[in-house]
Amino acid sequence: MSAGAAIRQRSGRVGLAKVALSHGSGGKAMRDLIDDVFVGAFANPTLAPLEDQARLDLASLAASGDRLAFTTDSYVVDPLIFPGGDIGTLAVNGTVNDLAVGGAVPLYLSCGMIIEEGLEVGLLRRIAASMRHAAEAAGVQIVTGDTKVVHKGAADKLFINTSGIGVIPPGRELGAARARPGDVVLVNGLLGDHGAAILNARGDLALSTPIESDCAALHGLIEAMLTACPEIRCLRDATRGGLASVLNEFAQSSGVGILIDETALPIRPEVKAFCEILGLDPLYLANEGKLVAVVPAPAAARLQEAMRAHPLGRRAAAIGEVAAAPIATVIMRTGFGGQRVVDMLVGDQLPRIC
Amino acid sequence: MRYVDEFRDPEKAKSLLGAIEQLALELAPGRAKPLQIMEVCGGHTHSIFRYGIEGMLPDAIELVHGPGCPVCVLPMGRVDDCVALAEQPGVIFTTFGDAMRVPGSRKSLMQAKADGADIRMVYSPLDALDLARRNPGRDVVFFGLGFETTMPSTALTILQAEAEGVRNFSVFCNHITIIPTLKALLDLPDLQLDGFLGPGHVTMVIGTAPYRFIAEDYHKPMVIAGFEPLDILQSLWMVLRQLADGRHVIENQYRRIVPEDGNAAARGAVERVYELRPFFEWRGLGSIDHSGVRIRDDYAAYDAERRFAVPALQIADPKACQCGDVLKGVIKPWQCRVFGTVCTPETPLGALMVSSEGACAAYYQFGNLDLAALAQRPPTETTPA
Repeated sequence: MSAGAAIRQRSGRVGLAKVALSHGSGGKAMRDLIDDVFVGAFANPTLAPLEDQARLDLASLAASGDRLAFTTDSYVVDPLIFPGGDIGTLAVNGTVNDLAVGGAVPLYLSCGMIIEEGLEVGLLRRIAASMRHAAEAAGVQIVTGDTKVVHKGAADKLFINTSGIGVIPPGRELGAARARPGDVVLVNGLLGDHGAAILNARGDLALSTPIESDCAALHGLIEAMLTACPEIRCLRDATRGGLASVLNEFAQSSGVGILIDETALPIRPEVKAFCEILGLDPLYLANEGKLVAVVPAPAAARLQEAMRAHPLGRRAAAIGEVAAAPIATVIMRTGFGGQRVVDMLVGDQLPRIC
Repeated sequence: MRYVDEFRDPEKAKSLLGAIEQLALELAPGRAKPLQIMEVCGGHTHSIFRYGIEGMLPDAIELVHGPGCPVCVLPMGRVDDCVALAEQPGVIFTTFGDAMRVPGSRKSLMQAKADGADIRMVYSPLDALDLARRNPGRDVVFFGLGFETTMPSTALTILQAEAEGVRNFSVFCNHITIIPTLKALLDLPDLQLDGFLGPGHVTMVIGTAPYRFIAEDYHKPMVIAGFEPLDILQSLWMVLRQLADGRHVIENQYRRIVPEDGNAAARGAVERVYELRPFFEWRGLGSIDHSGVRIRDDYAAYDAERRFAVPALQIADPKACQCGDVLKGVIKPWQCRVFGTVCTPETPLGALMVSSEGACAAYYQFGNLDLAALAQRPPTETTPA
C-alpha cells in the first residue's frame, strides 16, 4: 500500500465524503487523495518532483551549522480537534520543538499519515490545512510524505508521524547532563493547559471550562533565548509527563538535585481547579508549548527578561534551583511550608476515588 | 483558588505548628515512644504527603496511616472477580481510575484491558448508567467501591436505573463500612494508638454518633477532620488538646461540610438498596464481620454477583506482603521486607503500593528523605507569575 514518498502535482479530486480502503491501495484513488488533500496543502518546490524521497542540498545546510539534528515523533491524540489546535498543528509544532530544544534551526519535516477507513475527507482537509499553517508559521517545509489507509478498527481515526531535520549552529551545546549546583530553573509560561484541555475535550468529565491547548512552535522563543543567553545549559519541552518528568530527567542525567517552589509555578486557576476536582497533579499534565531551561544563576534575570519579551514567554518564571544533593531527585517546597519529592510518574495519572 | 487557598495558608500553619509543638512538649513527660495518631482515611494520607505535613510535625508525634483507602484494602480474590466479570462476552466493565492497577492473582484490570476486555474508567456511577443507556445491546457493570462516601451515589444510581427501566446495568458491589473495621483495629492487642483523625467525607454521610464507642468504650479521642492541610493541623491540635486535658470525645473540626447528624437522604438510599454482609474480606486485615454491604433482594436485577457467574474465590495475600502490619500501624511502609524492592508502584505486590492514597505508594512517590539540609536553603528569587 505504499504511497511512495513523493506527493505529486495536484491533478485529481476526491469525490467521496469519507476515506475508503481504496485511497491507500496505490491506485488512482490514492493518487487523487494525495493530490487533492496533501499536495494542495503542503505545496513547495522540494515536495513537487515525482520522486520517492526529498533531496536536500548539503551545501546550504552546511552553511548554517555544523551538525544536523534529526528527530521523529508520532501523534495519536484523541480527540483529533481540541480547543487551541488539532492533531495537525500538534504534529508540526511537536517535531519543530523537539528540534529547537536541541538548539537546532528546524528546516524540513516528513509527514506519514495512517488513516482509519471511514474518516471524513473534510476533516482530513482541515487537518492538512492546519499542518500547512503551522509549518508556515514555523518556517519549515513538509518535503516528503506517506499515506496508508487501514481497516475500520485497526487505527483510531488518524495517526500522524512527522520526522524533522534541522541544523545546529556552531557553539550551541545544550544537554540534560549539563545542570550544575547553583543554576536556576525557568519555564516559559503557564503549565498544564494542553493536558487539561485534552482531558476536558474528551467530554467524559462533564466539566465546562474554557481551557485551551498551549500548542505552539517554540523555535522563535528559543532563538531569542539563545541569543540573549548563550550560557543556557539544559533545554527541553515539557510534553508528556509534564514538568515533573523533565526535571527528573535533568536531575538524573546531571546527577544533581532540583528544588522547585510550588508558589513560583505559573498555573492557571482553572487548571488548578480542574486538577483539584479530578485528583490530578498539574506537575504531570502535558504541555505542547512549554519549555524548561536551566541556566547559570548570574544569567537567569537576563534570560527571564528575554523570554518575557517574546509572545510565547510573557509568563516566564524562575521556579527553582539546582542543588548538589540529594542526587537525581526533584523536591518541591510546598506553598504550605512542607517539602515533598516529585518523582517520575508511574503509568498514567489515575483519578482518585474520593 | 477561592475557598481552597484559605485552607493552605502557610502563616496560619506556622502558628498551628507552634501550638502543636507546645502541646507535644506538655504531653512528652513519662512517654517512652512518640504519640501515635491514626488518620483513618486515605484522603488524609494523600494530603499529608502532598503538602509535606509529616516533615513539619515534631518528632514526638507519629502519624499512622489507617485502613481508609478502599482501593488498598481490596483483596486479590475480588480483583479476580472484577477481571472475570470484565472478560464475560458483551460486558462493558466500568471502574474508578485508581482500581485499574490493583493486582489480582492473575492480572489487574489494566492488564485485562490490554488483553482485550472492554474496561472503561468513569468518574461517577451515573457515567456508567449513561454508558448502559447508550449501549442497549451490552451489559454495563459498575465496580461499586468505597466506604459510606461513595455508597449513596451507587445506591441512587441503582434507584435511577430502576426508575428509568434500564435493564442492562448492574453493580459489582464491594462497598465497605468503616465502623466495624475501626472496632476490629481497636481490639488488636499490638495496637497502641493515642487518638484518631476521623474520616470527614464518610462522616458527612453517617454523622458523628457512630464513633461514640471509640471515646466511651476505648477512651480514645477522635476529631473528624477536613482534607485541606490546615484542617489536618487543626484536627491534630484538637486531638492533642483532648489528650492534654485528659478528655476523650468525638469532636468535629470539619463543620463546614459535616453536619453532626450526617445526611439522612443519603443514608435513606443506602438503607433501601443495601444490607450488611455477614463478613467481608479485607486485604491485610482478613475477614471482618459486618464490614461490607451487598445489594438487597429487591434490587437483585442490578446485582452483578447474581446476574453473572462470579468465581468468588478467596485468595490469600502474598506471603511476603506486610500490608496488614502497615495498615495497623505496627510497622512503617519502609520497614516492610519488600518495600521498594519486589513491591514498587510499577509492580505492586500489595495494594498499599497502588493507589496514591496508599501509604506505601505515598512514601515511595513523595519520599521520606532527610530534607533538613535542603530546608536551610533560601527560597528561589522569583517575580510573581
